[in-house]
Amino acid sequence: MTPRPAAPKLPGIVSCAPRPHVGGSCRRPLLAFEITVALPERTPAQSTSTEKRSVGQGLFRKCTGCGVVNTVEDLSSRFYVCPTCGHHHPMASSDWRKLVLDDGALERWDEHILPSDPLEFEDGKRYVDRISRAQAMTGATEAVEIGRARLSGIPIAYGAYNFAFMGGSMGSVVGERITRLFERATSDRLPVVLLHASGGARMQEGILSLMQMAKTMSALGRFRSVRKPYISVLLHPTTGGVAASTAFLGDVNVVEPNATIGFAGPRVIESTINAKLPAGFQRSEFLLDHGMVDTIAPRSEMKQRLYQLLSLLSGEAT
Amino acid sequence: MAHILAFERPVVELITRVRELRELASEDDRFGSELKRLEDKAARLAREVFAKLSPMQKVQLSRHPNRPYTNDYISRLFEDFVELHGDRRFAEDGALVAGVGRYHGRSVVVVGHQKGRTSKEQKLRNFGMPNPEGYRKAIRMYELAERFNLPIFTFVDTMGAYPGLGAEERGQSEAIGASIEVMSRMTVPIITTVIGEGGSGGALALGVANRVLVLEFSYYSVITPEGCAAILWKSAERAPDAAARLRITAPHLLEFGIADQIVEEPPGGAHQDHDDAAKRLDRALYAALTDLSDLSRDGLREDRYQRFRKLGAFVA
Repeated sequence: MTPRPAAPKLPGIVSCAPRPHVGGSCRRPLLAFEITVALPERTPAQSTSTEKRSVGQGLFRKCTGCGVVNTVEDLSSRFYVCPTCGHHHPMASSDWRKLVLDDGALERWDEHILPSDPLEFEDGKRYVDRISRAQAMTGATEAVEIGRARLSGIPIAYGAYNFAFMGGSMGSVVGERITRLFERATSDRLPVVLLHASGGARMQEGILSLMQMAKTMSALGRFRSVRKPYISVLLHPTTGGVAASTAFLGDVNVVEPNATIGFAGPRVIESTINAKLPAGFQRSEFLLDHGMVDTIAPRSEMKQRLYQLLSLLSGEAT
Repeated sequence: MAHILAFERPVVELITRVRELRELASEDDRFGSELKRLEDKAARLAREVFAKLSPMQKVQLSRHPNRPYTNDYISRLFEDFVELHGDRRFAEDGALVAGVGRYHGRSVVVVGHQKGRTSKEQKLRNFGMPNPEGYRKAIRMYELAERFNLPIFTFVDTMGAYPGLGAEERGQSEAIGASIEVMSRMTVPIITTVIGEGGSGGALALGVANRVLVLEFSYYSVITPEGCAAILWKSAERAPDAAARLRITAPHLLEFGIADQIVEEPPGGAHQDHDDAAKRLDRALYAALTDLSDLSRDGLREDRYQRFRKLGAFVA
């Protein structure tokens, strides 16, 4: 018995403005915020200065989609979705918690798993210093947070990559936490919602990072046996070893609008094929067209969409 | 035809003389003792020179154009090999060879990256860089092996999965991830050998095994040294630096638990003697397969799970 979320309020129609960075006008107006639904209420006081810094400093921000200037306060209250063009700006994992989880509450697991420096890696700057800096900048212990939460009343195992933490890269800690997420979800028979935003495997931990792909996928493989849904959410950007492990293997793959998702980075591909990539390449709409994701969900609809999927796949009668 | 790297020249010259003498000795026994002496000397020199190789030089050896590729091992290790083609979805991918054959009398499934030597071959094999179809063919093979309870041998030799436009359109990420997951849940023995280059996810998609062997002069890395250098220092020329810092050579792989065993190569490297390289690998593969024969089908899956479960370094 899970309570159904309240019906979304419709604050009005927002017209679809051109998004020049994808080279033209919106081809899918519905997906680009033609109709917006109410985002959860939040006050500016809810966002900390750390969060603001991670998405841009100052009181005003120019939309990277349409160039319109908004106040940070306004953007933050709309979960960083441009009120003019609907462009989705990157958002800190604390904001994702508020957007997706009931009361924004996460009972965290395995925060005591912390990074080490197995290769004693140094590239002008020591890896240990990079970690300290990322921790100070984000307030997070590592590039992923996991735990138990509720989504519109449904208990879930929740994980979210934090791109602001070394590009959301997957080293041993991220691999271990994701593995534990699936193992715990298996033993507690919980559905999994995992939000991806990562540049891929973490170079500074070398081959050990690569092995995290095998470790997390093995745990996911085992999780399948309890027949609980695994919803993969793909956020901007998700590439490399993270794209090539858990990201595309959800029972359902949900992607946010206009995110860049792919295996190889655009520069690598361009230098390989010796040509410019077409506009919109590796973007959400491209993925949908090529059959790689199930649905595009704007932030205004994300929670509702996740609730629907969890509820439907659990076979619950309403 | 013979391609010689600068640092291997003295070794190659000696090995060439041994080879010439061996031919003479086969006709005239008087050369026998001289042959033995020279063989020992060549082996000793090769070990000495190669012991001092830098990580980047080992990477160069792993990419040596004369190095044995998957097909060179298949022809020497497996009888009755029948190559099987296609992913049943879109295309055949020449960068990945697969099939069924007999290994010491036992039916097995074989999957491996395949590079090409001539430019025509290189095009056909796409330099050993598979598209999604290659990985989907591999998945077909794993499932075939599972259905008929056949052990799986995989051979890893790729710079990485192909970073192309079509590869992205057809789901390179999904294909690699799915291949990793399918391997993880198989209940047959899986033995992987890194025979040359172990380049990132494109390599790991063939590498979720119960036992992972690495040839002495192969490497396995999260990113190619060139790719790493390009990211860190915006210059591929610093690849030797990256190769050293990433710790990608066989001894490191053993130390980190990535590899279970290093397979020694013939003096001067596997490319100096394909037959000998295959013979040495055969011994290691046979031992690994025998070692796994006591495990039940579920036990094999569990063994693989635990093998990868413990990989990583963190503070807890």
